[in-house]
Amino acid sequence: MSGAEKIKVKVTEITPINELVTRFRFTQINGELLPTFSGGAHTVVEMDDGGITRLNPYSLMSDPYDQSSYTISVRRDDEGRGGSLFMHNNVTVGDEMTISYPVNLFSLDLRADKHLFIAGGIGITPFLAQIKQLERFNGNWELHYACRSEALGSYVNVLTDRHPNETHIYYDDQSQAINLVNLLDGQPLGTHVYVCGPKGMINWVRKTAEDAGWPRDNIHYEEFLAPQPGKPFEVKLATSNKVIQVGEHESLLEAMEREGVDAPYLCRGGACGQCETHVIGYDGQFIHRDHWLDDDEHASGEKIMPCVSRFEGKTLVLDR
Amino acid sequence: MAKFEFPPSILSRPVWGRLEARSGKSHLMIADAEGAEAILDIATPELMENTHIIYIPKGANHADKLRALAPAQFYEGPSYDASVQRIRRVLSGAHMGLQVYLTGTESLMGQAMRETSTAGIPHSAVQTEHRGSVARRMQCVHCKGITEDVELDPFVCSHCGLNLFVRDHYSRRHAAYQGVCVDAEDHGNIPEPKGIYE
Repeated sequence: MSGAEKIKVKVTEITPINELVTRFRFTQINGELLPTFSGGAHTVVEMDDGGITRLNPYSLMSDPYDQSSYTISVRRDDEGRGGSLFMHNNVTVGDEMTISYPVNLFSLDLRADKHLFIAGGIGITPFLAQIKQLERFNGNWELHYACRSEALGSYVNVLTDRHPNETHIYYDDQSQAINLVNLLDGQPLGTHVYVCGPKGMINWVRKTAEDAGWPRDNIHYEEFLAPQPGKPFEVKLATSNKVIQVGEHESLLEAMEREGVDAPYLCRGGACGQCETHVIGYDGQFIHRDHWLDDDEHASGEKIMPCVSRFEGKTLVLDR
Repeated sequence: MAKFEFPPSILSRPVWGRLEARSGKSHLMIADAEGAEAILDIATPELMENTHIIYIPKGANHADKLRALAPAQFYEGPSYDASVQRIRRVLSGAHMGLQVYLTGTESLMGQAMRETSTAGIPHSAVQTEHRGSVARRMQCVHCKGITEDVELDPFVCSHCGLNLFVRDHYSRRHAAYQGVCVDAEDHGNIPEPKGIYE
């Protein structure tokens, strides 16, 4: 079985945070303690949505040392594929669900002398756990958090109440913006910057920091991509000896799973590299969407990340 | 001076690169002896505007050429040990965006790398280029004493007097290669010393 090990949980609390964001609390069905994790970790939540199995990654936002329960915050995406809508509309307190063991692709670099967090919108969630982790040993951190408006500023009050000196909030609708060039300029040696938010924000932070001469190893980011719909296509799986159809609204990975092919995965969002698949032959064009493979690998036609990337053309043969 | 090509070795052995001017808020260049030539190769007036050069001549006569580049700051030190306080002071007041360039002997690069790592710069972000002497800074694994500028293998530990075999096994923490007793099993059976790369 692919993916991280599974945990059977019960939904014990559902808390609306604002118009778009709802928090879910999970405890283990068997009453045992959950595993500890490290700040920045996510869990993959399994949803049985009318026969379609959805597997969506969500950052754990609770205290990493609190084993009694996990919490996640889900932002409703009315335009998305339905995972977040399922969580908002179909999940009720008392439901039993399956989640994965925590997997961390966005961990703190504990060699850092200072942690500089930059969050956009729902991208605040991994930082909530990281802040709790750092507070345990008096870590040096600072948060710059951009939200659309006061009404949509998830957890702003908690952060400004508990950490008034470390937290800096910026509201888009009040024309407040992070002055990133100034913020990065003058940070002490040994500072690591972490960014989680929309793609544009991640690219902006990475580019600005690299232009200012920050080492790549000091720049951390996490972005889960949702698989995008696209034209249906056909794939030959050489190892499994199957020809499968990938529908408009499913990913290549999901199509393989539907056909009973045990394909490896972890994050399902183009970040972790676990599902990397070797291409045996193709006639057509890849639509690469991951940020695991580099540009050369994308151009080579030798690899594809089936969790988020697609294909358009006549034939595609994969070593799976 | 032609660059020395180190033969392929074990993973532990440091691999030195080639300096290139990088964009950054400020630049710290630390060199000894012939390392000055690597700085001269990449120096431009724009780069030098924000560059602090710390140079240890070790008998070479490049200091005037470096001074003529008109870097923002120039310091000439009589030895690495005499210069390390200044290196620490510069790093303690430095900010993110500082680019570090180390060039010259392996001893200089290794020791300065230790300081930059302690200051919070990952070793992968520090540029290096070997120039000049291929002599090594050796640590005796028996008495832990350091012998600088070792050119011959085996050599006599300057602290405990054991005859040491020059290994490629390197310690970043000590910024030194490891020297191991060469005649421990068969006392007095010491191979004829020759150059490390001969």
